[in-house]
Amino acid sequence: MKLAVLLVLATIAFLILGFAFPVHQAATPGIVSGEALPGVGGSTNTPEAAVRSLLGDVQAHAWSHAYSLLANTNDVPEEAFVHDVNGNYGSLRTFSSLEGSRTRVLNQSGDQALVRADMHWSTAVGPIYDVKELKVVQQGGAWKIVWPLEKQPTVPPQVVPVNYLRWDVISRGPQDDWGTQNVDSPQVRIVSMNAVQNGSTLVIVGEVVNEDTVPAFVDINAILLGKNGQDLDQESSFDKIQHTLLPKQVSPYRIDFPGFNLGQVKSVRMDAKAMLVPASADPVIAVLDQHEQTNVLGRKVLSGNLLNESGRVVNIAQVLATYYDSNGKVIWVSDGYVDRALLPQTPEPFAVDMPDNTVGKVQSYRVTVSHYIREQS
Amino acid sequence: MRRILPAVCLAVCLMTAASLAAQDLQLPATIAAGSELTIPTSGSGAATFYLIGPSYLAKRQVQLGQEIHIQPREVRSAGRYTAVLRGGGSSQSGSFYVVAAKPASLSFLAHPSRIPVAQRDGVIGVAFVFDKWHNLVRRPETVDFRLAAKDAPPVAQSVRSRDGAAWILMTSAHKAGNAKFVAALDGIEETRVIQQVAADPCHLQIRAERNAKGVLVQTAPVRDCSGNPVSDGTVVTFTANGPQGLSTVDVPIKKDIAQAELQIPGPATISVASGVVMGNEVKVGGQQ
Repeated sequence: MKLAVLLVLATIAFLILGFAFPVHQAATPGIVSGEALPGVGGSTNTPEAAVRSLLGDVQAHAWSHAYSLLANTNDVPEEAFVHDVNGNYGSLRTFSSLEGSRTRVLNQSGDQALVRADMHWSTAVGPIYDVKELKVVQQGGAWKIVWPLEKQPTVPPQVVPVNYLRWDVISRGPQDDWGTQNVDSPQVRIVSMNAVQNGSTLVIVGEVVNEDTVPAFVDINAILLGKNGQDLDQESSFDKIQHTLLPKQVSPYRIDFPGFNLGQVKSVRMDAKAMLVPASADPVIAVLDQHEQTNVLGRKVLSGNLLNESGRVVNIAQVLATYYDSNGKVIWVSDGYVDRALLPQTPEPFAVDMPDNTVGKVQSYRVTVSHYIREQS
Repeated sequence: MRRILPAVCLAVCLMTAASLAAQDLQLPATIAAGSELTIPTSGSGAATFYLIGPSYLAKRQVQLGQEIHIQPREVRSAGRYTAVLRGGGSSQSGSFYVVAAKPASLSFLAHPSRIPVAQRDGVIGVAFVFDKWHNLVRRPETVDFRLAAKDAPPVAQSVRSRDGAAWILMTSAHKAGNAKFVAALDGIEETRVIQQVAADPCHLQIRAERNAKGVLVQTAPVRDCSGNPVSDGTVVTFTANGPQGLSTVDVPIKKDIAQAELQIPGPATISVASGVVMGNEVKVGGQQ
């Protein structure tokens, strides 16, 4: 009885302490949570404040007020600005929200300044980081942003015939006799596997090929086996793979085992699961001008352009990059989502990280693209 | 005498008891499923007859001294049957086995439904032999397997079944197309269709031609090593390596040919691959 009373009193005391002295949650390492953005109508008396005010309006979806903070409204229609920031055509940006940002004045002289904004977008597939260097000018006592709207080339009206192959599946039903032949699952094969230590994470990377003549929905599972043959952990490739593979198509895969290192593992058991699914060979997406470069944050990235060669919009595209060493061995697989829709016949830039431990070892690379089209779902 | 008399009495009692104990019914050791069977009885008066089998149980009143008729429908399932006759103060029993009748159907499993051409021992066929009442026919029977593709001589082989199953491994033909895989036994036939598809592309060749938009790259008709055209929809990857970087595009084959237009302004080396097979390289100059 005494113990019960003591516990109740302690609980009440802790509650009072919690309300009286709240603890602010620390920022998650590696994620730009940044400064708190002002609400709608924030100050614009400095370049940085103007940019933060704009981002605050974006976060609050106050598009009209955000548009009023632009200096080049003559060149940038409001609708185009909103689409540029909020996304359109069912792109990944339309399913995102601005979680946080950091701003920094790169240089300022007189009535002009350059402000870098590191934005952290929270999306349906995880965080996406975007960096914009915004030119800010002083107009009438207030600082305003010159919005860098990229004019997209217009595609002339035309008919794009689609005569690529499409596969549909009819399976055996409950009315069929036992022994009636069903359609076999596609044959897929893991053609390479490599275990890499990346900090405190053991990573399995490699490639898988669809050896069959029908499309396959593929997933790769891996089980780590310890020194005594016991199962240490089991993980799947999740979205670090191009799941739908057409005949003879090759996809990279990556499986992460956080908290494990190579020394603990005696062997790895791999399992490729494949399912027969309906699919279409359309759209064809070309990956152009792939090259390594250093981005504005000083990080090595593999960048290029995606070109949707079909006549319909690809809402969400995921880029998977495979890096090979001089022996042709897969040493890393990185992925990234493009938060803009791929419009027909219109190049769209992409960039994916090249981890520090691969720089200098990469001899060649290959980029593949997974796509999601809303009307196909 | 006094010592012998109890022993004699005891012996007489035991012999009397033995004569009154259960006597075995006269039953055959085995019969075929669905056969008619008669069981002779002796004595007189009413008796109760029980028949207990794997999927059958019967009880009926009979007259001792008359034959008991077991109908064919009562012994359809293969297995051990026990017959018990109780009446006239005694009980008789016996057992017999029902074995499968003559083969009446085949359950045929063929795997896979889709196989590349010229795959050694790639086609597996398993046939289970059943009689009219779905009993597994365990005695050896000869099952004929035949794999026949269009425009190709059929391949046939006979296999003796073991414990009701016969199986075979066969090599797929060199020519792509649907093949009929047949298992046959005494006029009973089961057919499955195996789709023999082209194997990996062989001798991938491309040619490239610069035009106003860029470079038009096209493969020669893509065939496997047996000369079969590779299925439409098979993905071919074109890679162009130039001063502006690497460009790749995955293109499906249409009517034996894969073709793509790469927007490359400058000189480039173009290569091709499909799955794990690589083709030739072509060098193109820059736009003029």
